[in-house]
Amino acid sequence: MSLVSRDGKPRVNPVRRFVRRPGRLAAESAALLIAAVVAFPLYWMVLSAFKPAGEIESTEPRPWTLAPTLDSFRRVFGQQEFGRYFLNSVVVAVAVVIASALIAFLAATAVTRFRFRLRTTLLIMFLVAQMVPVEALTIPLFFVMRDFGQLNTLWSLILPHIAFSLPFAIWMLRGFVKAVPEALEEAAYIDGASRARFLWQILFPLVLPGLVATSVFSFISTWNDFLFAKSFIISDISQSTLPMALLVFYKPDEPDWGGVMAASTVMTIPVLVFFVLVQRRLVSGLGGAVKD
Amino acid sequence: MTGPESSGALERRRVRVARGFSRPRGGSRTFNTAPHPFQRRSSTPWLYLAPALVVLGGLLAYPIYQLGLISLFHYTQAQVSGGEPTTFEGFGNYAELFRDEQFWQVLLATVVFAAACVVCTLAVGCALAVLLTRVRAVPRLALMLAALGAWATPAITGSTVWLFLFDADFGPVNRVLGLGDHSWTYGRFSAFFLVLLEVVWCSFPFVMVTVYAGIRAVPSEVLEAASLDGASQWRIWRSVLAPMLRPILVVVTIQSVIWDFKVFTQIYVMTNGGGIAGQNLVLNVYAYQQAFASSQYSLGAAIGVVMLLILLAVTLVYLRLLRRQGEEL
Repeated sequence: MSLVSRDGKPRVNPVRRFVRRPGRLAAESAALLIAAVVAFPLYWMVLSAFKPAGEIESTEPRPWTLAPTLDSFRRVFGQQEFGRYFLNSVVVAVAVVIASALIAFLAATAVTRFRFRLRTTLLIMFLVAQMVPVEALTIPLFFVMRDFGQLNTLWSLILPHIAFSLPFAIWMLRGFVKAVPEALEEAAYIDGASRARFLWQILFPLVLPGLVATSVFSFISTWNDFLFAKSFIISDISQSTLPMALLVFYKPDEPDWGGVMAASTVMTIPVLVFFVLVQRRLVSGLGGAVKD
Repeated sequence: MTGPESSGALERRRVRVARGFSRPRGGSRTFNTAPHPFQRRSSTPWLYLAPALVVLGGLLAYPIYQLGLISLFHYTQAQVSGGEPTTFEGFGNYAELFRDEQFWQVLLATVVFAAACVVCTLAVGCALAVLLTRVRAVPRLALMLAALGAWATPAITGSTVWLFLFDADFGPVNRVLGLGDHSWTYGRFSAFFLVLLEVVWCSFPFVMVTVYAGIRAVPSEVLEAASLDGASQWRIWRSVLAPMLRPILVVVTIQSVIWDFKVFTQIYVMTNGGGIAGQNLVLNVYAYQQAFASSQYSLGAAIGVVMLLILLAVTLVYLRLLRRQGEEL
């Protein structure tokens, strides 16, 4: 399901074979045109980040710049503690990705390789939990964090995000764990492997592509969050995350567009890198999870 | 799912009998979910589930319980700071909410907006998935990469970028369309339209990639037969692909409904917290504003509960659809 055939065999596209030739030219130009339109906002973002102030605030915007400058980036990085914000964002995202992947792996194993009372009930609960509007829970979570003295700490961001990414992660991993043949499991036990050994040395590596696909979702939702950061990090801004740094430049009446675009670029690049790295596994992972 | 598995199932049954296992629960299940030797101690799955249950219990279930509780009390800034005791209101907050005309307006706007987003996302995603199967590698790669880029863009940066593109003074869109300094965020519908564009832009890639993966799995003979019989592209989609992709389409539809019903960041950033006089509020933003901007925590919680119930209804529909497809949980 990836962009490039994984097994190296030339892939015969089943749909393409019957398409009449003249149609293909039109289809291909349409695809390229649409790709350009879809990519345009990102292009404009990066372009504007490099434009000098005079060109950004121009009533005749041009789709290129002859005088690229790092001024906007300097403003962004010169902002107090921007590096700190970036680091905080990374710490929170990485902690959530690792923790939720491990917890979800164990839980998915439990609900797919075992049969026990309440199994179906639990599965339905996991499904229902995905529907919970995170934003609505900001109110009670605020009080929970306050009662446990976790306001203004990174824990107030990490813990809720683990909780909110778990249900979807478990739901998605189910298919991957199920796909590992049980014969393999039996063989492992016959060979004398312990349960823990099977779990971590056999099942875990086999489910890893699924874990990667899943972690994309938890990474993105955590990296993108600004509601929790806005609500729970109220007085100690050294614990704040990137979206808050972006909002500093975004004042509704007089936005500093150069700063906003530069900060947006800085914030988008890590996600893009992450996506490109896992792209193949993501596409095949999604196919696997959905086909199930 | 034939040869090796079924022999494995046989063997498993033998092992089970040898070790004196009882009949599995739900005896009519298929072989690949039958119990196996691993299942000796019934505490094991709970051991595996423990971390997940602790986290979900403490940070999801308990807050939901709290949300319900807060919605039944009179809870404003005075109570939060401990200045006044909290008083039990019963369903007073809900009564107040349902009397409020703005609530119904926001509810209607949320449903219509989410529906429009879902329809547009699915239409664009499916159309592009079919398009992907009709082109050679280079245009396909270009479209895939562009879509992945849109997908990867954080909601908050996507929102600011689209806002900038449609900016009245410095945005390129108004120049190209010759609209002068027309403001997109001023009018109610144009503001919603702008947010819709952003939402569709960042959510169609999920649909496209998933449906594309699904189409690739459809046997080519089926499509060949259809095209030999002279079916048009549209006919092939409607009569062959769509029915075969039904399970996938159900998943992406429900996922889109859930995501689009909960849109928060885009509305919050692009319409600056709900638009002029709250004209662009959706339920999620409305609840947040009631709670944190107006300190009406209990009203905000009540709106949250209403949202929760609506999404629960969607979930039940989803479960019924899954059941009807005969998919086992």
